[in-house]
Amino acid sequence: MVEFAGWEMPVQYQGVIEEHLAVRRRAGLFDVSHMGEVEVSGAGALDLCQTLTANDVARVQVGQAQYNLLLNESGGAVDDIVVYRLESDHFLICVNAANTDKDFQWIRGRSEGKAEVRDTSSRYVQLALQGPLAEKILQRLTGLALAQIKPFHFSFGEVSGARCLVARTGYTGEDGFELYCDPDRGEALWNSLMEAGRDGGLQPAGLGARDTLRLEKAYPLYGHELDDTTTPLEAGLEWVTKLSKVSFLGREALLRQKREGVARRLVGLEMTAPGIARADYPILKEGEPIGRVTSGTRSPTLGKSIALGYVSAAEAVVGNGVEVEIRGRSVAARLVALPFYRREGAGKTS
Amino acid sequence: MEFPEGLKYTKEHEWVLVEDRIATIGITEYAQQELGDVVYVELPEVGEKIVKDDPFGAVESVKAVSDIYAPVSGTVIEVNDTLPDSPETINDDAYGDGWMIKVEMSDADDLKDLMSAEEYAEYVDQQKEEEDEGEEESGEE
Repeated sequence: MVEFAGWEMPVQYQGVIEEHLAVRRRAGLFDVSHMGEVEVSGAGALDLCQTLTANDVARVQVGQAQYNLLLNESGGAVDDIVVYRLESDHFLICVNAANTDKDFQWIRGRSEGKAEVRDTSSRYVQLALQGPLAEKILQRLTGLALAQIKPFHFSFGEVSGARCLVARTGYTGEDGFELYCDPDRGEALWNSLMEAGRDGGLQPAGLGARDTLRLEKAYPLYGHELDDTTTPLEAGLEWVTKLSKVSFLGREALLRQKREGVARRLVGLEMTAPGIARADYPILKEGEPIGRVTSGTRSPTLGKSIALGYVSAAEAVVGNGVEVEIRGRSVAARLVALPFYRREGAGKTS
Repeated sequence: MEFPEGLKYTKEHEWVLVEDRIATIGITEYAQQELGDVVYVELPEVGEKIVKDDPFGAVESVKAVSDIYAPVSGTVIEVNDTLPDSPETINDDAYGDGWMIKVEMSDADDLKDLMSAEEYAEYVDQQKEEEDEGEEESGEE
């Protein structure tokens, strides 16, 4: 167990690689109750969400979820978030644990009394059931027609007797669900899910596997690929950034950056010589620094050392041969297309 | 957890097997468990000199890098060259096939401040207690 943002978190149960492969091949269950929840409601709720985020929240129907970014005036990421539209004027925003209070203050401080903003993190346990068998396992415990819940959609219903928000979302690159329920029901729900998944090989999975899974899929992790000084244009999140929607905080800065061109870009790296690139290691081109690694690991699925990092825009070309400085040695790597891993049959929206 | 008698141990969780002036060095069962799946090992080359208490290599799990510290000073005379291709051997057999290097010691006095199996077992218990108090801060998301 480790402490993270005030939460006691399991890094691993059986071992990171075993848990990682269980999620890719069968299913894994994560307790991600540390994630924060901020709810925005009232007549001005949509406007407030629109003003503070990059994606177009107006396109989100009730029962739908959307990956989005809270931006500051400079276009930097306050946080990356998932917005669930519970009702037309009621949004549940799932935020990163370490940013919960920052985000809550950020949103509330800009509500101008037109929407109610509440930190409801303590009202939810969040469990993530992820992997190709997720639907089959979950279906044993609920009357909800799970096959009809499309990616980035959700329904309310009972799972093993506990009322849950059941969303087809996740952070692993596999099919799966995230369940939000009352903390009093959390432990029983966990146990029911583990029981229902036992014969399918469901494994409990910790923070370690969550990190390697998201990294293979090149999902950003706040504090690594994103922070207050990185913009979505630099981070490869232009698809999240709807510059043509109504005005939003950071839009002017992003328009300017788009016009002038970004100075650096997030890229994928694969080591071509033995070694593992880790966060903060320098990235070099013929000995000259061109950037820095933000996350890196040995990929359990691919059996290769992979990393994300920022390099100067001119060098951000797939195929480019570079080096990573690992404990004083230059180790060969090359830029590769992202994501590193894409599940078979998955569309681009996953 | 097993800490074989006859080995010497360090606070950084390396073990040493001494035969005459030759020290065989690896990491302990406790270290491999704490690391989790070992996926990469960086070792010195034969002929390199290592210095007591300085890092001589690194062992990496999926999640993190840990330095390996030299329990003694001396010259590397043999390296376990099966480890780069099968680093998981360190998890499977930390005291046997998971050995890392053999060193010809330059000063036998280096052994004096290493721990016995009994002392090390006690030291590990202390470490576990500290860990249970939840004072360690790592892990990110």
